[in-house]
Amino acid sequence: MFACAAPDTLSGLHWLACYLTTGKHLAFYGAFGTVLLLLAITAPTAMAFGFGGAMAARSRVAPLRWFGKIYIAIVRGVPDIAFFLFFVIALDQGIEYLRHKVKCPDWDAPIRQGSDFLVCAQAKMPLGSSPQWVHETYGFALAVLTFAIVFGAFAANILFGAIRAVPRAQVETAEAYGMSPRKTFWRIIVPQMWVYALPGLGNLWMVLIKSTPLLFLLGVEDIVYWARELGAAKTPRFSDYPHPDWRMWYFLALLVFYLAFTRVSEIVIARLSRRLSLGQATTAGEALRKAGA
Amino acid sequence: MSCAATIADYGLRSLGYGERLLPRGDFTLCQQFTLIGSGMIWNVYFGVLAFVVGFTLATLLAVGKASANPLFRKPAEWFIFVFRGSPLFIQFFFGYFLFLSLKQVAPVFDPLSSAWAGAFVVLFLNTAAYSGEIFYGALQTVPKGESEAASAYGMTGWRRFRRITWPTMLRLAWPAYTNEAIFLFHATTLVFFSGFPAVQQKGDALYYASYFADKTFNPFVPYPILAGYFILLTLCIIGLMGLVNRRLNRHLPEGAIRRPRLLGQMIR
Repeated sequence: MFACAAPDTLSGLHWLACYLTTGKHLAFYGAFGTVLLLLAITAPTAMAFGFGGAMAARSRVAPLRWFGKIYIAIVRGVPDIAFFLFFVIALDQGIEYLRHKVKCPDWDAPIRQGSDFLVCAQAKMPLGSSPQWVHETYGFALAVLTFAIVFGAFAANILFGAIRAVPRAQVETAEAYGMSPRKTFWRIIVPQMWVYALPGLGNLWMVLIKSTPLLFLLGVEDIVYWARELGAAKTPRFSDYPHPDWRMWYFLALLVFYLAFTRVSEIVIARLSRRLSLGQATTAGEALRKAGA
Repeated sequence: MSCAATIADYGLRSLGYGERLLPRGDFTLCQQFTLIGSGMIWNVYFGVLAFVVGFTLATLLAVGKASANPLFRKPAEWFIFVFRGSPLFIQFFFGYFLFLSLKQVAPVFDPLSSAWAGAFVVLFLNTAAYSGEIFYGALQTVPKGESEAASAYGMTGWRRFRRITWPTMLRLAWPAYTNEAIFLFHATTLVFFSGFPAVQQKGDALYYASYFADKTFNPFVPYPILAGYFILLTLCIIGLMGLVNRRLNRHLPEGAIRRPRLLGQMIR
């Protein structure tokens, strides 16, 4: 069935089957794994950033509080894509600058010379001599960190609101029992805030899924990269499988992929929200109680 | 070159007027401010147009989705699902390549393959879907006492919708709709990074900001400038939408008005 030796003699479905299993197409399918990997790493990291940001924003130390609030506010005022483009270069330069300071303390030439950013060879990240996969992993790691910073700010905003939504009486009761503020926070507020945070976090998860194609702008070879590459018109000279411009169909496939992905997420979030609402003093919780009784 | 001369040369560069060549070396702060500001014209153009035109379609979609007749409900539901469930970035790409193939079918579709029309169409459909869902949610929460009172006064059909249901829907939806407006303007920055070509380097604010960042290899100047412009724009949107909100709620006492919040929980 899969004799793909002479593609120009094939036709119909057989041709398509061979076409869709070329090495480049397998790389394309692999790129879907990249997207899932990005989501799997970014979601918890962004939650950690968000939790930290929310804690900072309600801190008693004024500078820390300002930092938290500015971090939350600025990401909402500025397009996220600008942050993506900014952080990818800024983080890279920041890391190289720090390594430069540590590894080459006696370098006296300025680092910014006109339009160049010059650090000593040992401070390059990754080292010029390292293999290709290190470069790719480093690029991917930068992308993950960038996503985490941006979505961490959104998560911080949601968690900050959720903490304040926990009924005041709960906190007062905890205080009446003699719990310290720290204990109140961890034992009373944190377990209860999730139900208030869930609608926002669910929305954030959807937005995160829908931002994954922006990986393309960060220089990662992701599904958008491959869809453009594979869909472009191919002449018989350069390819065994010549075809006209099919980019439209490739992007239609991506569209369907994302639709399916967000739909499944939506269903899971609805289930989760039902589960978390059980026994809560909210409208949804009350409805569940009445239905059960 | 003085800053006034730079503004004269590059102030309308994003529309194709003034100096043809972009600055190539020795970038001054003034050049960066002027060009990025010039690019904002496109962001405002896309945002305002898509927002205003999208409003009409959004209302239709909300009414369609709330309709009992599946002939109206199903298309509205699918439209909203498709545009809200997929990334705008992919929609831009798909739209661009779709318009390219349409162009070969009939010359009528020619303008669609350039950003000013094509990207506008995609943005318009996209924001209509998001706003339609917001309006639909608001339509579901219109207090039933209001329509009952309208019926008691003998209002039916179109008149009841126009005078009672629709204004209440807008009132309820307005805080979330303000939020959508903010993110629509943010989304306009994607246009020139998603297939649509910036002919003769006529691009939007982010296009110029990334141009400067690439040339100077220093992201710490152009992106904060861009951020400043967008924060100003966001504040303007919140101010304008706040005025409309006041007008919509002018019969309510001052304290009862729900203000759109700067930091809402929902993003898009």
